[in-house]
Amino acid sequence: MAKPSRALHQSSGDTGVRKLALIASKGSLDMAYPPLILANAARMSGIDVEMFFTFWGLDIITKKKMSGLNVATVGNPNMHPWFGIPTLLGAIPGMSAAASWMMRGEIKKLGFPKVPEFMEQLIDAGANVYGCKMSMDMMKLTQDDLIDGSTVLGAMEFMDLTEGAQIVFV
Amino acid sequence: MTQDILNAVAFDDEGFMVEASAWTEEIGKAIAEALEVDLSDRHWLVVKYARQEFESQGEPPTLRRITQETDVSMKEMYQLFPGGPAKIAANIAGLQKPTGCI
Repeated sequence: MAKPSRALHQSSGDTGVRKLALIASKGSLDMAYPPLILANAARMSGIDVEMFFTFWGLDIITKKKMSGLNVATVGNPNMHPWFGIPTLLGAIPGMSAAASWMMRGEIKKLGFPKVPEFMEQLIDAGANVYGCKMSMDMMKLTQDDLIDGSTVLGAMEFMDLTEGAQIVFV
Repeated sequence: MTQDILNAVAFDDEGFMVEASAWTEEIGKAIAEALEVDLSDRHWLVVKYARQEFESQGEPPTLRRITQETDVSMKEMYQLFPGGPAKIAANIAGLQKPTGCI
């Protein structure tokens, strides 16, 4: 039994504010949700969040791509048990679209927002969102291509920002 | 005064009320004071919605549900209840810690 107090709501322990650094490196629909859900859970727990989107993960925060993320049905080891699609059949045209449609339905049933809305929600919740500068150069993207509220950042600057943070790589 | 009110209420190890049905607005005010939350009309709107949702669903609403069912935005929720909006709102409303992860 403990009376309500501010301290009970802080997950920081005695060390000050806890910080979580999430690196999102994949841009398929099934790999986009884990970092977003973890970031949201952290913010809801009062934990500081820094999110770094690199390589294909950039699609999650690229305005033109974020609404159209798909599930890959070939070379994705999770296809068989969950969707029941053997790898060979996964190569049939339309299979990826069907799996993506199915997954979007499941996500909606659980009450989770779509990727663009989820990102907006995270920014509103105070998560800091960064696009990897090197990946952006490689993909010919500029700040204007990324969602509002995000910042372009180099990997070393991200390291400076996340000193002492717990790092999760997805 | 606040301490007297809190002394008469049973809390769990995380400071959430054990018996949601024992909650009164006075207790809500006392918990808010202990959590350093200065209650405004907007806070009350959320707290009352959480109570109402608990009574109909049997569990505290998730943060997303609060922002969908009331006119309080995500941004405002974090401003009203800094440091964990859904759980602090549930705490003040005398409810258990929310378990939803969204």
